Amino acid sequence: MKTYENTGNKDTRSGFGAGLTELGQTNENVVALCADLIGSLKMDAFKANHPERFYQVGIAEANMIGIAAGLTIGGKIPFTGTFANFSTGRVYDQIRQSVAYSGKNVKICASHAGITLGEDGATHQILEDIGLMKMLPGMTVINTCDFNQTKAATLAIAEHKGPVYLRFGRPKVANFTPENQKFEIGKAVKLTEGNDVTLVATGHLVWEALEAAKALYEEGITAEVINIHTIKPLDDKAILESVSKTGCVVTAEEHNYLGGLGESVSRVLVKNNPLPQEFVATNDTFGESGTPAQLMDKYGLNSKAIIEAAKKAIKRK
Amino acid sequence: MPNIQELKDLTTQVRRDILRMVHKVNSGHPGGSLGCAEFFVTLYQDIMDRKDHFEMDGIGEDLFFLSNGHISPVYYSVLARSGYFSVDELNTFRLIDSRLQGHPTTHEGLEGIRIASGSLGQGMSVAIGAAEAKKLNGDSHLIYSLHGDGELQEGQNWEAIMYASAKKVDNLISTIDLNGKQIDGATDDVLPMGSIRQKFEAFGWLVIDIEEGNNIEAILKGMTEAKSKTGNGKPVCVLLKTEMGNGVDFMMHTHAWHGKAPNDEQLEIALTQNPETLGDY
Repeated sequence: MKTYENTGNKDTRSGFGAGLTELGQTNENVVALCADLIGSLKMDAFKANHPERFYQVGIAEANMIGIAAGLTIGGKIPFTGTFANFSTGRVYDQIRQSVAYSGKNVKICASHAGITLGEDGATHQILEDIGLMKMLPGMTVINTCDFNQTKAATLAIAEHKGPVYLRFGRPKVANFTPENQKFEIGKAVKLTEGNDVTLVATGHLVWEALEAAKALYEEGITAEVINIHTIKPLDDKAILESVSKTGCVVTAEEHNYLGGLGESVSRVLVKNNPLPQEFVATNDTFGESGTPAQLMDKYGLNSKAIIEAAKKAIKRK
Repeated sequence: MPNIQELKDLTTQVRRDILRMVHKVNSGHPGGSLGCAEFFVTLYQDIMDRKDHFEMDGIGEDLFFLSNGHISPVYYSVLARSGYFSVDELNTFRLIDSRLQGHPTTHEGLEGIRIASGSLGQGMSVAIGAAEAKKLNGDSHLIYSLHGDGELQEGQNWEAIMYASAKKVDNLISTIDLNGKQIDGATDDVLPMGSIRQKFEAFGWLVIDIEEGNNIEAILKGMTEAKSKTGNGKPVCVLLKTEMGNGVDFMMHTHAWHGKAPNDEQLEIALTQNPETLGDY
């Protein structure tokens, strides 16, 4: 089976920072806003290079979203940066009315998504943000898997006209997708070929799915791993093509199973080709303090959980 | 530029539009709309430097943002009568398939509207963003916004008010419609806000009073003064004292007409008090 090399652990948020830094040089309409988390969001370089295009709004996320919406009127492309929790749940109505309903070209860039935020605990670990954002008409929802892909996605969304939610995280994780890849919004990436089960993963769970596929291969099970970086619009075609061959699917995400990628995949299956599906996701719960690895283990969000889910799905065929 | 009499005639016609629009669909917000008729007419016909056609980006012209979107009837009427779209379209207010939604929206492509509003407290942030874009674009034109006094109970306003002075957004003139009323009654009964002037001043804004907010000459004078205060490192707040329901005797001095339409008989009385000037739509 095709394997992927980890070129060295890196955080996805630094991929965002690298992408934003590049955009600063290449697109003069790109402006950036931050709510007192410049270091966490890796926005330092953009701020240093383009102070006139950088807006520190203080701890005032609602105001930040509104200012971003206003900046589009005059042709700017605003990138807002804060934690995923404060990027979505805290400002849902501001995004709904001033950005989504108003059709504004705002890029909501959210770090520290999910449980791998770690020790800060549940107040900061949002596991509902994909659901919140995918329900908004016209919103594009992207959850990238590694540094290289996050950088590529950051560059790509500047070219896309319309509101985007870009979700990434805090911990250093495997960096395995190609450097300088072309990022196509809404286009799934098939990472491995397999016949027995499809593993549809997003964000940090993509590497875990690859690890799971490797272990399953040792046991004689071939898994087709699909990297779904764009949850909305979902690449229905890629999923359906794969499951028509494998006959079952596991979805894997660092998010509540309610409202996440898994439910989006279920919708596609139910409408087109009802087949067994297992969910690797949090089970309608809040998170807690701990190291990212401890939390991923405790909440069943790693390759071990994916392997178990794959075997269950295969049995149900 | 129209003279005072022409502005007054237009205001009377706008009042008729407001009353007829909300009456037809038996819904909408006539009280605050009537209270701000003189302000909208003066702003669009005299104060603002506008292009005669609509472009979303509004580069090279003054822009206006309505934060308290429920007074859409006065906004729609003045936009139509300022040439953004046909006055006949006022007939479609709040009807199915209309571009004139209950609250203003860009979603249906209505010329003149640059942001959706209605969920309160968001407009000042948007206006600040547009003002920052003007600065980046080297565009010396101004941003105007309007907010209800009750609307200031929404916390996002205070984030925006703090930001605007801290970051010297001095190409912004935010007007507060001080009618002292909101849905549940007098603002002082619902949640007294103390001195709004002192609050804005404490946050570092320049504050200008327009005591007679339903008097076109007073609005012209006050807004001209406000314009003269821009570009000095501070945002400008205009406290516009208005009478909700102005121009219709039984709608004044009460909050009862905040979100209620007149019946047939009431409409007739109200229209008699505001005779046709420029022709009904």
